[in-house]
Amino acid sequence: MAIRVEHEVHQRRKGRNFGVGILLASFIGLIFALTVVKVIQLGDARQFENFDHVARPAIIPQEGETE
Amino acid sequence: MTDMSVQNSEYEASMGDYFALLKPRVMSLVIFTALVGLLVAPVSVHPFIGFVGVLCIAVGAGASGALNMWWDADIDAIMKRTAKRPIPSGRVQPGEALGIGLALSGFAIILLLLATNVLAAGLLAFTIFFYAVVYSMWLKRATPHNIVIGGAAGAFPPMIGWAVATGSVSIESILMFALIFMWTPPHFWALALFVKSDYGDAGVPMLTETHGRDVTRRHVIVYAVLLVPVAVGLGFTSIGGPIYLVTSLLLNAWFLKGCFDIWRRDDAAANADNYTVERQVFKVSLYYLFGHFGALLAEAVVRASGFGGL
Repeated sequence: MAIRVEHEVHQRRKGRNFGVGILLASFIGLIFALTVVKVIQLGDARQFENFDHVARPAIIPQEGETE
Repeated sequence: MTDMSVQNSEYEASMGDYFALLKPRVMSLVIFTALVGLLVAPVSVHPFIGFVGVLCIAVGAGASGALNMWWDADIDAIMKRTAKRPIPSGRVQPGEALGIGLALSGFAIILLLLATNVLAAGLLAFTIFFYAVVYSMWLKRATPHNIVIGGAAGAFPPMIGWAVATGSVSIESILMFALIFMWTPPHFWALALFVKSDYGDAGVPMLTETHGRDVTRRHVIVYAVLLVPVAVGLGFTSIGGPIYLVTSLLLNAWFLKGCFDIWRRDDAAANADNYTVERQVFKVSLYYLFGHFGALLAEAVVRASGFGGL
Protein backbone atom coordinates (compact mmCIF):
# COMPACT_ATOMS: atom_id res chain seq x y z
CA MET A 1 0.00 0.00 0.00
CA ALA A 2 1.35 3.37 -0.97
CA ILE A 3 2.14 5.73 1.84
CA ARG A 4 -0.30 8.62 1.80
CA VAL A 5 0.87 11.81 3.45
CA GLU A 6 -2.68 12.99 3.94
CA HIS A 7 -4.86 10.53 5.78
CA GLU A 8 -8.57 10.95 6.44
CA VAL A 9 -7.80 10.93 10.17
CA HIS A 10 -5.75 14.10 9.75
CA GLN A 11 -8.82 15.98 8.62
CA ARG A 12 -11.01 14.37 11.30
CA ARG A 13 -8.63 15.32 14.09
CA LYS A 14 -7.82 18.76 12.74
CA GLY A 15 -9.86 20.62 15.35
CA ARG A 16 -8.45 18.57 18.19
CA ASN A 17 -4.87 18.98 17.03
CA PHE A 18 -5.40 22.69 16.60
CA GLY A 19 -6.75 22.84 20.18
CA VAL A 20 -3.77 20.93 21.57
CA GLY A 21 -1.46 23.31 19.68
CA ILE A 22 -3.13 26.35 21.21
CA LEU A 23 -2.94 24.77 24.69
CA LEU A 24 0.79 24.02 24.31
CA ALA A 25 1.50 27.53 23.00
CA SER A 26 -0.48 28.98 25.93
CA PHE A 27 1.49 26.83 28.35
CA ILE A 28 4.79 28.10 26.94
CA GLY A 29 3.53 31.68 27.12
CA LEU A 30 2.33 31.18 30.68
CA ILE A 31 5.65 29.80 31.91
CA PHE A 32 7.61 32.50 30.06
CA ALA A 33 5.45 35.32 31.48
CA LEU A 34 5.62 33.82 34.97
CA THR A 35 9.41 33.66 34.71
CA VAL A 36 9.60 37.31 33.61
CA VAL A 37 7.35 38.42 36.49
CA LYS A 38 9.28 36.37 39.06
CA VAL A 39 12.65 37.68 37.87
CA ILE A 40 11.45 41.29 37.81
CA GLN A 41 10.06 40.86 41.33
CA LEU A 42 13.59 40.01 42.55
CA GLY A 43 14.49 43.63 41.89
CA ASP A 44 18.29 43.24 41.99
CA ALA A 45 19.46 41.39 38.87
CA ARG A 46 22.45 39.97 40.79
CA GLN A 47 20.08 37.80 42.78
CA PHE A 48 19.38 35.59 39.80
CA GLU A 49 22.75 36.00 38.10
CA ASN A 50 24.17 34.25 41.14
CA PHE A 51 22.57 31.02 40.01
CA ASP A 52 24.13 30.62 36.57
CA HIS A 53 27.09 28.52 37.86
CA VAL A 54 29.63 30.67 36.03
CA ALA A 55 32.32 32.78 37.69
CA ARG A 56 31.13 36.37 37.39
CA PRO A 57 33.62 38.79 38.97
CA ALA A 58 31.22 41.64 38.22
CA ILE A 59 28.71 40.39 40.78
CA ILE A 60 31.16 39.78 43.63
CA PRO A 61 30.68 42.61 46.13
CA GLN A 62 33.79 44.77 46.27
CA GLU A 63 35.33 46.03 49.48
CA GLY A 64 33.53 49.13 50.73
CA GLU A 65 30.60 48.54 48.36
CA THR A 66 27.19 48.69 49.94
CA GLU A 67 24.46 46.24 48.91
CA MET B 1 -3.58 2.20 17.20
CA THR B 2 -3.75 0.45 13.85
CA ASP B 3 -4.84 2.07 10.65
CA MET B 4 -7.98 -0.08 10.63
CA SER B 5 -9.01 0.81 14.14
CA VAL B 6 -8.66 4.48 13.33
CA GLN B 7 -10.88 4.13 10.30
CA ASN B 8 -13.48 2.08 12.15
CA SER B 9 -13.91 4.41 15.10
CA GLU B 10 -17.35 5.98 14.85
CA TYR B 11 -16.76 9.14 16.88
CA GLU B 12 -13.72 11.32 17.33
CA ALA B 13 -13.74 13.16 20.65
CA SER B 14 -13.51 16.91 20.20
CA MET B 15 -11.86 19.47 22.47
CA GLY B 16 -15.37 20.29 23.71
CA ASP B 17 -15.84 16.71 24.91
CA TYR B 18 -12.62 16.86 26.90
CA PHE B 19 -13.55 20.30 28.24
CA ALA B 20 -16.91 18.90 29.42
CA LEU B 21 -14.95 16.48 31.65
CA LEU B 22 -13.82 19.50 33.68
CA LYS B 23 -17.40 20.41 34.73
CA PRO B 24 -17.24 24.02 33.46
CA ARG B 25 -20.30 25.19 35.43
CA VAL B 26 -18.75 24.10 38.72
CA MET B 27 -15.50 25.76 37.60
CA SER B 28 -17.24 29.13 37.23
CA LEU B 29 -18.26 29.10 40.92
CA VAL B 30 -14.74 28.00 41.90
CA ILE B 31 -13.16 30.83 39.87
CA PHE B 32 -15.47 33.43 41.42
CA THR B 33 -14.97 32.38 45.06
CA ALA B 34 -11.21 31.84 44.64
CA LEU B 35 -10.88 35.26 43.03
CA VAL B 36 -12.77 36.89 45.91
CA GLY B 37 -10.60 35.05 48.46
CA LEU B 38 -7.53 36.38 46.65
CA LEU B 39 -8.76 39.96 46.23
CA VAL B 40 -10.07 40.50 49.76
CA ALA B 41 -6.78 39.35 51.32
CA PRO B 42 -4.79 42.13 53.01
CA VAL B 43 -1.66 41.35 50.95
CA SER B 44 -1.47 42.60 47.38
CA VAL B 45 -0.37 40.14 44.72
CA HIS B 46 1.14 40.85 41.31
CA PRO B 47 -1.82 40.65 38.89
CA PHE B 48 -0.17 37.96 36.76
CA ILE B 49 0.69 35.82 39.80
CA GLY B 50 -2.92 36.23 40.92
CA PHE B 51 -4.13 35.19 37.46
CA VAL B 52 -1.91 32.09 37.52
CA GLY B 53 -3.14 31.29 41.05
CA VAL B 54 -6.81 31.42 40.07
CA LEU B 55 -6.05 29.51 36.84
CA CYS B 56 -4.38 26.71 38.83
CA ILE B 57 -7.29 26.54 41.28
CA ALA B 58 -9.76 26.35 38.35
CA VAL B 59 -7.72 23.70 36.52
CA GLY B 60 -7.36 21.72 39.77
CA ALA B 61 -11.15 21.84 40.24
CA GLY B 62 -11.60 20.72 36.63
CA ALA B 63 -9.12 17.89 37.13
CA SER B 64 -11.02 16.61 40.16
CA GLY B 65 -14.21 16.79 38.03
CA ALA B 66 -12.55 14.59 35.39
CA LEU B 67 -11.43 12.10 38.06
CA ASN B 68 -14.98 12.11 39.47
CA MET B 69 -16.42 11.35 36.00
CA TRP B 70 -13.91 8.54 35.52
CA TRP B 71 -14.80 6.92 38.84
CA ASP B 72 -18.57 7.46 38.57
CA ALA B 73 -18.94 6.45 34.90
CA ASP B 74 -20.96 3.37 35.91
CA ILE B 75 -23.59 5.28 37.89
CA ASP B 76 -23.57 8.24 35.49
CA ALA B 77 -24.71 5.85 32.75
CA ILE B 78 -27.74 4.82 34.84
CA MET B 79 -28.97 8.31 35.78
CA LYS B 80 -30.77 10.43 33.17
CA ARG B 81 -29.18 13.72 34.32
CA THR B 82 -25.65 12.37 33.83
CA ALA B 83 -26.12 9.82 31.02
CA LYS B 84 -25.06 12.36 28.39
CA ARG B 85 -21.70 13.05 30.05
CA PRO B 86 -18.67 12.33 27.85
CA ILE B 87 -17.82 8.87 29.26
CA PRO B 88 -21.25 7.20 29.57
CA SER B 89 -22.21 8.56 26.14
CA GLY B 90 -19.08 6.95 24.67
CA ARG B 91 -17.48 10.17 23.43
CA VAL B 92 -14.45 9.86 25.74
CA GLN B 93 -12.79 6.68 26.97
CA PRO B 94 -12.53 6.20 30.78
CA GLY B 95 -8.74 5.90 30.54
CA GLU B 96 -8.55 9.26 28.78
CA ALA B 97 -10.53 10.91 31.59
CA LEU B 98 -8.25 9.34 34.20
CA GLY B 99 -5.16 10.50 32.31
CA ILE B 100 -6.48 14.03 31.85
CA GLY B 101 -7.55 14.22 35.52
CA LEU B 102 -4.16 13.08 36.83
CA ALA B 103 -2.14 15.19 34.38
CA LEU B 104 -4.10 18.37 35.07
CA SER B 105 -3.93 17.74 38.84
CA GLY B 106 -0.15 17.50 38.64
CA PHE B 107 0.08 20.55 36.39
CA ALA B 108 -2.14 22.69 38.65
CA ILE B 109 -0.45 21.72 41.92
CA ILE B 110 3.13 22.07 40.66
CA LEU B 111 2.50 25.37 38.86
CA LEU B 112 0.71 26.78 41.93
CA LEU B 113 3.68 25.72 44.06
CA LEU B 114 6.16 27.42 41.71
CA ALA B 115 4.06 30.54 41.21
CA THR B 116 2.89 31.09 44.80
CA ASN B 117 3.62 29.06 47.93
CA VAL B 118 3.60 25.60 49.51
CA LEU B 119 0.44 26.18 51.56
CA ALA B 120 -1.69 27.16 48.56
CA ALA B 121 -0.38 24.18 46.54
CA GLY B 122 -0.90 21.83 49.51
CA LEU B 123 -4.48 23.02 50.00
CA LEU B 124 -5.19 22.53 46.28
CA ALA B 125 -3.72 19.00 46.39
CA PHE B 126 -5.86 18.21 49.44
CA THR B 127 -8.98 19.61 47.74
CA ILE B 128 -8.46 17.42 44.66
CA PHE B 129 -7.82 14.39 46.90
CA PHE B 130 -10.89 15.21 49.00
CA TYR B 131 -13.23 15.50 46.01
CA ALA B 132 -11.86 12.57 43.99
CA VAL B 133 -11.12 10.11 46.79
CA VAL B 134 -12.98 11.07 49.98
CA TYR B 135 -16.19 12.25 48.28
CA SER B 136 -16.38 10.34 44.96
CA MET B 137 -14.79 7.03 45.93
CA TRP B 138 -15.81 6.79 49.55
CA LEU B 139 -18.69 8.96 50.80
CA LYS B 140 -20.92 9.29 47.74
CA ARG B 141 -22.05 5.66 47.70
CA ALA B 142 -21.76 5.09 51.46
CA THR B 143 -23.83 7.68 53.32
CA PRO B 144 -26.79 10.01 52.73
CA HIS B 145 -24.70 12.74 54.34
CA ASN B 146 -22.25 12.54 51.41
CA ILE B 147 -23.14 16.05 50.30
CA VAL B 148 -22.46 17.52 53.76
CA ILE B 149 -18.87 16.30 54.08
CA GLY B 150 -18.21 16.29 50.34
CA GLY B 151 -19.24 19.94 50.24
CA ALA B 152 -15.90 20.77 51.84
CA ALA B 153 -14.25 20.26 48.44
CA GLY B 154 -16.30 23.11 47.01
CA ALA B 155 -15.57 25.28 50.04
CA PHE B 156 -11.77 25.29 49.74
CA PRO B 157 -11.29 27.64 46.71
CA PRO B 158 -11.63 30.99 48.62
CA MET B 159 -9.29 29.61 51.28
CA ILE B 160 -6.74 28.71 48.58
CA GLY B 161 -7.19 32.15 46.99
CA TRP B 162 -6.48 33.73 50.38
CA ALA B 163 -3.42 31.47 50.83
CA VAL B 164 -2.12 32.49 47.37
CA ALA B 165 -2.00 36.10 48.60
CA THR B 166 -1.04 35.70 52.25
CA GLY B 167 0.65 32.29 52.46
CA SER B 168 -1.42 31.58 55.56
CA VAL B 169 -4.78 30.45 56.91
CA SER B 170 -6.72 32.85 59.11
CA ILE B 171 -10.13 33.30 60.71
CA GLU B 172 -11.30 35.15 57.59
CA SER B 173 -10.42 32.31 55.23
CA ILE B 174 -11.81 29.71 57.64
CA LEU B 175 -15.14 31.57 57.77
CA MET B 176 -15.24 31.88 53.95
CA PHE B 177 -14.71 28.11 53.84
CA ALA B 178 -17.42 27.58 56.49
CA LEU B 179 -19.86 29.79 54.61
CA ILE B 180 -19.78 27.58 51.50
CA PHE B 181 -19.55 24.40 53.58
CA MET B 182 -22.72 25.20 55.58
CA TRP B 183 -24.51 26.59 52.52
CA THR B 184 -24.08 23.44 50.39
CA PRO B 185 -26.53 21.11 52.22
CA PRO B 186 -29.63 23.37 52.18
CA HIS B 187 -28.79 24.45 48.61
CA PHE B 188 -28.47 20.87 47.40
CA TRP B 189 -31.39 19.41 49.35
CA ALA B 190 -33.75 22.15 48.14
CA LEU B 191 -32.80 20.98 44.63
CA ALA B 192 -33.17 17.30 45.60
CA LEU B 193 -36.74 17.94 46.76
CA PHE B 194 -38.02 19.16 43.39
CA VAL B 195 -35.83 17.26 40.93
CA LYS B 196 -37.07 13.77 40.25
CA SER B 197 -33.87 11.87 40.81
CA ASP B 198 -32.89 8.34 39.96
CA TYR B 199 -30.05 8.13 42.49
CA GLY B 200 -31.85 5.14 44.02
CA ASP B 201 -31.58 3.19 40.75
CA ALA B 202 -27.85 3.93 40.71
CA GLY B 203 -27.42 2.81 44.32
CA VAL B 204 -26.42 6.25 45.58
CA PRO B 205 -27.93 6.98 49.01
CA MET B 206 -29.63 10.38 48.96
CA LEU B 207 -31.31 11.78 52.04
CA THR B 208 -34.64 12.21 50.21
CA GLU B 209 -34.70 8.49 49.50
CA THR B 210 -32.99 6.95 52.53
CA HIS B 211 -34.71 9.04 55.25
CA GLY B 212 -37.68 10.46 53.39
CA ARG B 213 -38.61 13.90 52.18
CA ASP B 214 -39.96 15.18 55.52
CA VAL B 215 -36.60 14.49 57.17
CA THR B 216 -34.89 16.28 54.27
CA ARG B 217 -37.13 19.31 54.86
CA ARG B 218 -36.07 19.35 58.52
CA HIS B 219 -32.41 19.13 57.50
CA VAL B 220 -32.84 22.12 55.18
CA ILE B 221 -34.06 24.40 57.99
CA VAL B 222 -31.48 23.10 60.52
CA TYR B 223 -28.54 23.78 58.19
CA ALA B 224 -30.01 27.14 57.15
CA VAL B 225 -30.19 28.18 60.84
CA LEU B 226 -26.61 26.97 61.49
CA LEU B 227 -25.46 28.92 58.43
CA VAL B 228 -26.61 32.30 59.83
CA PRO B 229 -23.93 32.83 62.53
CA VAL B 230 -21.18 31.79 60.10
CA ALA B 231 -22.39 34.16 57.38
CA VAL B 232 -23.05 37.12 59.66
CA GLY B 233 -19.92 36.45 61.75
CA LEU B 234 -17.75 36.93 58.66
CA GLY B 235 -18.94 40.53 58.63
CA PHE B 236 -17.17 41.22 61.93
CA THR B 237 -13.74 40.15 60.68
CA SER B 238 -11.22 42.38 58.90
CA ILE B 239 -12.77 41.67 55.48
CA GLY B 240 -16.33 42.51 56.58
CA GLY B 241 -18.01 45.86 57.01
CA PRO B 242 -21.36 47.65 56.75
CA ILE B 243 -22.01 46.68 53.11
CA TYR B 244 -21.39 43.03 53.86
CA LEU B 245 -23.40 43.05 57.10
CA VAL B 246 -26.48 44.65 55.53
CA THR B 247 -26.28 42.31 52.52
CA SER B 248 -25.79 39.29 54.76
CA LEU B 249 -28.69 40.14 57.07
CA LEU B 250 -31.06 40.67 54.14
CA LEU B 251 -29.96 37.51 52.32
CA ASN B 252 -30.14 35.41 55.51
CA ALA B 253 -33.64 36.67 56.27
CA TRP B 254 -34.73 35.86 52.69
CA PHE B 255 -33.11 32.43 52.68
CA LEU B 256 -34.32 31.52 56.19
CA LYS B 257 -37.91 32.49 55.32
CA GLY B 258 -37.75 30.19 52.28
CA CYS B 259 -36.23 27.30 54.24
CA PHE B 260 -38.83 27.80 56.98
CA ASP B 261 -41.57 27.53 54.33
CA ILE B 262 -39.98 24.32 53.00
CA TRP B 263 -39.98 22.88 56.51
CA ARG B 264 -43.59 23.88 57.23
CA ARG B 265 -45.11 22.17 54.22
CA ASP B 266 -45.34 18.60 53.04
CA ASP B 267 -45.13 16.87 49.68
CA ALA B 268 -48.88 17.05 49.09
CA ALA B 269 -48.73 20.85 49.24
CA ALA B 270 -45.54 20.87 47.17
CA ASN B 271 -47.08 18.66 44.48
CA ALA B 272 -50.12 20.92 44.34
CA ASP B 273 -48.07 23.94 43.29
CA ASN B 274 -45.32 22.03 41.42
CA TYR B 275 -42.68 22.69 44.12
CA THR B 276 -42.79 26.47 43.68
CA VAL B 277 -41.31 27.16 47.13
CA GLU B 278 -38.49 24.62 46.73
CA ARG B 279 -37.60 25.99 43.29
CA GLN B 280 -37.62 29.53 44.64
CA VAL B 281 -35.39 28.64 47.61
CA PHE B 282 -32.91 26.93 45.29
CA LYS B 283 -32.75 30.12 43.20
CA VAL B 284 -32.40 32.25 46.34
CA SER B 285 -29.55 30.00 47.54
CA LEU B 286 -27.58 30.95 44.40
CA TYR B 287 -28.22 34.67 45.01
CA TYR B 288 -27.22 34.03 48.63
CA LEU B 289 -23.75 32.76 47.82
CA PHE B 290 -22.99 35.21 45.02
CA GLY B 291 -24.42 38.03 47.16
CA HIS B 292 -22.17 37.26 50.12
CA PHE B 293 -18.99 36.96 48.07
CA GLY B 294 -19.99 39.96 45.95
CA ALA B 295 -20.42 41.99 49.16
CA LEU B 296 -16.96 40.91 50.36
CA LEU B 297 -15.56 42.11 47.05
CA ALA B 298 -17.44 45.42 47.39
CA GLU B 299 -15.95 45.88 50.87
CA ALA B 300 -12.46 45.30 49.46
CA VAL B 301 -13.07 47.84 46.67
CA VAL B 302 -14.33 50.41 49.21
CA ARG B 303 -11.29 49.81 51.44
CA ALA B 304 -8.89 50.07 48.50
CA SER B 305 -10.46 53.33 47.40
CA GLY B 306 -9.95 54.80 50.86
CA PHE B 307 -13.62 55.08 51.87
CA GLY B 308 -13.53 52.27 54.39
CA GLY B 309 -12.03 54.21 57.25
CA LEU B 310 -9.58 51.36 57.91
